[in-house]
Amino acid sequence: MRMDKTELILLAVAALLAAGGWIGPQWLVFLLTMALAKAMVVQGVVMQMRAGLVTFGQGLFFCVGGYAVGMSGHFLNITDLAVLLVIGVGVAVLLAMILGLLMTRYREIFFAMLSLAFSMILYGVLVKSSALGSTDGFNVKAWTLFGWSPAAGQGPLVLFMIIVASSTVLAVLLHRYGHSNAGMMCEAIRENEVRVEYLGQSPRWVLYMNYVAAAAVSALGGGFMALSAGHIDPEMAYWITSGEFVFIALLGGTAHVAAPFIAAIVFAVVRTYAIELVPHSWQMILGFTLLAIIVFLPKGLWSLFTGNARRAKA
Amino acid sequence: MSLFAVLIDGTIYASWLFLVAAGLTVIYGVMRILNMAHGSFYAIGAYTAASLVGWYFNNGIGPVWAGYLLMLGCALVAGLIVGLIIERGLLKFMYGRDEVLMVIITYALLLVLEDTMKMIWGVNPYFAYQPYAEMGRSALAGLKVSNYDLMLVGVSLVLGLGLYLWLERTNQGKVLRAVIHDREVAMAMGVNVKRMFTLVFVLGTMLGTLAGALTAPAISVAPGIGVEIIVLAFAVVVIGGMGSIEGAAVGALLVGLSRAAAVHYAPEFELFVIYGVMALVLAVRPQGLFGRVLARKI
Repeated sequence: MRMDKTELILLAVAALLAAGGWIGPQWLVFLLTMALAKAMVVQGVVMQMRAGLVTFGQGLFFCVGGYAVGMSGHFLNITDLAVLLVIGVGVAVLLAMILGLLMTRYREIFFAMLSLAFSMILYGVLVKSSALGSTDGFNVKAWTLFGWSPAAGQGPLVLFMIIVASSTVLAVLLHRYGHSNAGMMCEAIRENEVRVEYLGQSPRWVLYMNYVAAAAVSALGGGFMALSAGHIDPEMAYWITSGEFVFIALLGGTAHVAAPFIAAIVFAVVRTYAIELVPHSWQMILGFTLLAIIVFLPKGLWSLFTGNARRAKA
Repeated sequence: MSLFAVLIDGTIYASWLFLVAAGLTVIYGVMRILNMAHGSFYAIGAYTAASLVGWYFNNGIGPVWAGYLLMLGCALVAGLIVGLIIERGLLKFMYGRDEVLMVIITYALLLVLEDTMKMIWGVNPYFAYQPYAEMGRSALAGLKVSNYDLMLVGVSLVLGLGLYLWLERTNQGKVLRAVIHDREVAMAMGVNVKRMFTLVFVLGTMLGTLAGALTAPAISVAPGIGVEIIVLAFAVVVIGGMGSIEGAAVGALLVGLSRAAAVHYAPEFELFVIYGVMALVLAVRPQGLFGRVLARKI
């Protein structure tokens, strides 16, 4: 397998991140694990943004992934981490394959609204299911890995290493997808769908595959979230959660596969300190940041890097 | 009997929904802005009314009827101020951007407004139950119904009819409909579209704060009430067709009646029903029941 420069850099950063988790304090490990889990969901949002579609309901697959993992542990007594994650992704893919048939007929604001409606339907169902703890949700069982269960205090670090490894693999795969025919086609569809059709391609089919893949990626993030937080609740499907994913996606921009990861980590760090320092104006900071990004950095934080590079060359 | 209860509950809920959604649909219809901050306008109206009306009644400042006037008046003034600040100070610079981007911009606005409200009113709930309690209850075929709720139905009818007549019968309404149909042609014909935008946004904001003020006596006004209702209002507007007044009315009735039916017969499906109807309508008629079909642009 030949790797290009981006992929080598991704590997190096992952190694650095893993080393940082090894020597870093426990709260940092936890924070980074959560941030990476969220970043996976954001990848799902970004994949669709590249095709020109903004989803206000990616929380749907985040929640489906999380609940599939939690419920498999609870009702089927499955505790193996790998099996749980596969189940989570599998359920989300099945759901996306059905919903995708409908979703791919919509664009722009209708797509945003319909995705919102579906995630709110799930939220409405979960809130009223007393067997699943209604609004409180329920605790996820401790995980094992291929028959081995981590000793007390060991779990978070092992999970962190696993999520760093998974994120790296995911980043490499998404990087290749972005440069593949299908990935490039998504950008073409954003620019002009009718022309893509005239070229003999089927935008609906491309968007369908993209939608299902994005659901799988987001569900993986949801599964990791359930395992690391040890708790799941219907808030995962609430529209505010989906809004946060859109926020992080815009923060990073769609230009580079690493951008969502960086944005999610920046977001998590800023949020931790902001909630501590100014608990009641944290959302205000978010709001002004979002406006500032839209006005000054429409291509996200990533454009800070690329902009400088281009200027340096010129 | 129980069917009658569903009808009464559904109608009351529908009229409340219409009040909440009217401002949203007016703004979208003319400006093509799906305003996520509309829930915050509602919350601002509720807070303004709850704090002022609570203060008025608790200290026995004046007669009861003046309390009602205060409730409506302060909400309209709050809407006027907030609407003007936001339209002149922010949105004015964003016109012509992508529709979806406008959703995100108003989402940012929602985040800012939520915390601004916490700064002004704190995080403890406000109560202004007096206007609700003063009106008492009446018996409708054996059902005890609050008169305040019945008044809401009336207010909502008057408001809906007023908006409809304004749009259909007055000169200004005609100009506005021209802007809705084709902004550029209207501009070419000499319509001052920018002034229309300011007018409509402020009107929409005032409708939002008014809905909040009218709801305040029936609820405890606490942080998060705006976030809760915005998606509900989206559902109503999307079902009826975004930008259509009669659509919002039909959407409100549909959602109101189906929710009331769910609450009476299958309470666990309460929320499911609302968004289920929304998804169903979008699936069959994406432009909504009263929306216009747009030709595909190449």
